[in-house]
Amino acid sequence: MTPPPAARSRHLGESPAVRRLLIGAAMAFLVLVLFVPLLAVFAKALAKGVAAFAAAVRDPDILAAIRLTLLTAGIAVPINVLFGLAVAWAVTHFRFAGKKLLVTLIDLPFSVSPVIAGVIFVLLCGGRGLLGPFLAAHDIKIIFALPGLVLATMFVTSPLVARELIPLMQAQGDDEEQAAITLGASGWRTFWHVSLPKMRWGLLYGVVLCNARAMGEFGAVSVVSGHIRGVTTTMPLQVEILYNDYQFAAAFAVSSLLALLALATLVIKSWIARHAP
Amino acid sequence: MAGGRTRRGVLPGFGLSMGFTLTYLSVIVLLPLSTLLWKSAGLTWAQFWHTATGPRELAAYRLSFSAALGAAAINLLFGLLLAWVLERYEFPGKRLVDVLVDLPFALPTAVAGIALASIYAREGWLGRWLEPAGIHVAFTPLGVMVALIFVGLPFVVRTVQPVLHELSPEIEEAAATLGAGRRLTFQRVILPELLPAALTGFVLALARALGEYGSVIFIAGNMPMRSEITPLLIMIKLEEYDYAGATAIALVFLLASFSLLLLVNVLSWRRGDAPALPA
Repeated sequence: MTPPPAARSRHLGESPAVRRLLIGAAMAFLVLVLFVPLLAVFAKALAKGVAAFAAAVRDPDILAAIRLTLLTAGIAVPINVLFGLAVAWAVTHFRFAGKKLLVTLIDLPFSVSPVIAGVIFVLLCGGRGLLGPFLAAHDIKIIFALPGLVLATMFVTSPLVARELIPLMQAQGDDEEQAAITLGASGWRTFWHVSLPKMRWGLLYGVVLCNARAMGEFGAVSVVSGHIRGVTTTMPLQVEILYNDYQFAAAFAVSSLLALLALATLVIKSWIARHAP
Repeated sequence: MAGGRTRRGVLPGFGLSMGFTLTYLSVIVLLPLSTLLWKSAGLTWAQFWHTATGPRELAAYRLSFSAALGAAAINLLFGLLLAWVLERYEFPGKRLVDVLVDLPFALPTAVAGIALASIYAREGWLGRWLEPAGIHVAFTPLGVMVALIFVGLPFVVRTVQPVLHELSPEIEEAAATLGAGRRLTFQRVILPELLPAALTGFVLALARALGEYGSVIFIAGNMPMRSEITPLLIMIKLEEYDYAGATAIALVFLLASFSLLLLVNVLSWRRGDAPALPA
């Protein structure tokens, strides 16, 4: 006979006092490390009232920073989606030598400091860089311009979509695709009508994470941006400039917009986790 | 498999997907990274050594590694605790807490940086209590560690949680039936199961903390020899147009990070699954 749940938990679980102690310690840590800073962002953004907040975020430099952030992520994220799809397709549907090496190389940017990620593009495309003379001769500006921001962002966020898709596609297998191809569907048709619907949740998840990271990236874009106000400052860089200028209310106003983006990302992420099969 | 090591099954698209993957990886990741080697090759070994191991550089490595190790250790401890509490117990607000654990993955580091700097400043929410007690967080190595604890928080929680979830209750029941107390069961039965995942999370948090920049620079105060982290020193060298210095430090630092990634992957291959990675 199975014992009633209460008896089971008395033998196997911790006493209520221990339980409360552990929950209390865990929550105290979270409040201190996570919640207080999060709350501080919004409290300081609204410290001078809603009117001051609204005025701060309507500043032309801030609007330019918002536009640049959207533009950078708008270019980098779709390209990384294509990369993620290509990687996942190659890695999960085919057998080839060096697969583990490839997967490790894809993860490489995770272990490169964002600052170093920026530095390497300066060494490559900067005035005194490897391609510097060539780029100057053809009047192509990469560093201190939008292409540099996009490249640095792409480097930093490149593993994110692939990371979500590889385990998902591995778990799902390719029986349906095999069937579609055998029945005469073309490769693209199979991809659009079989593979893409199968992986849509994982793909959405990857896109959301990639986008959050792309819009929030700081170290890498900081190196390649040159901090030209209204031209090459993304929102996180604008936060730094305002903070260093002692314009704390404005710095936190921009920060609060980025924090809202982060919270929206978490909400979508948990929504997907609950609705995905 | 019969045939070569490359199996071209029924599915098409190997050439296209592999071609795009390798091109993108080369142009966006490998070629730019190789410039570090190319720039360093211009230095003699003595020059390289001299540039990469000056007193200011050594102080920066020491701070980066010690603060990152300390933060990752705290994240290991509290990560295990959080994973345990979130998997095993019920309490009000648990779902919300579970979602918010990922906040450091989603919140831009600069935002975290100025929030922490303002909290721990002399007049800040926590600084006003800590400063009179003689605990100085802002503009000290301790502040660096506080920021790194923030960015590394989710890693251990997220690597341990699935393992704890899959852990079959039978082995704990068996241990209890055989007379083991709760503490012994935890030490001898549960902890060994969680340890590989926790270690993976620890190394990931460490790798992330080593390279972290945005959340640290605002709270650190960035005093050379005292609270200046390695990524910031690289940035400063670059802004002074000391490309050789920036490159040498970056290369030394990068090799340390790569060794960590290798360790993570070797650990998870031994466990027989894909390397666990953030988010």
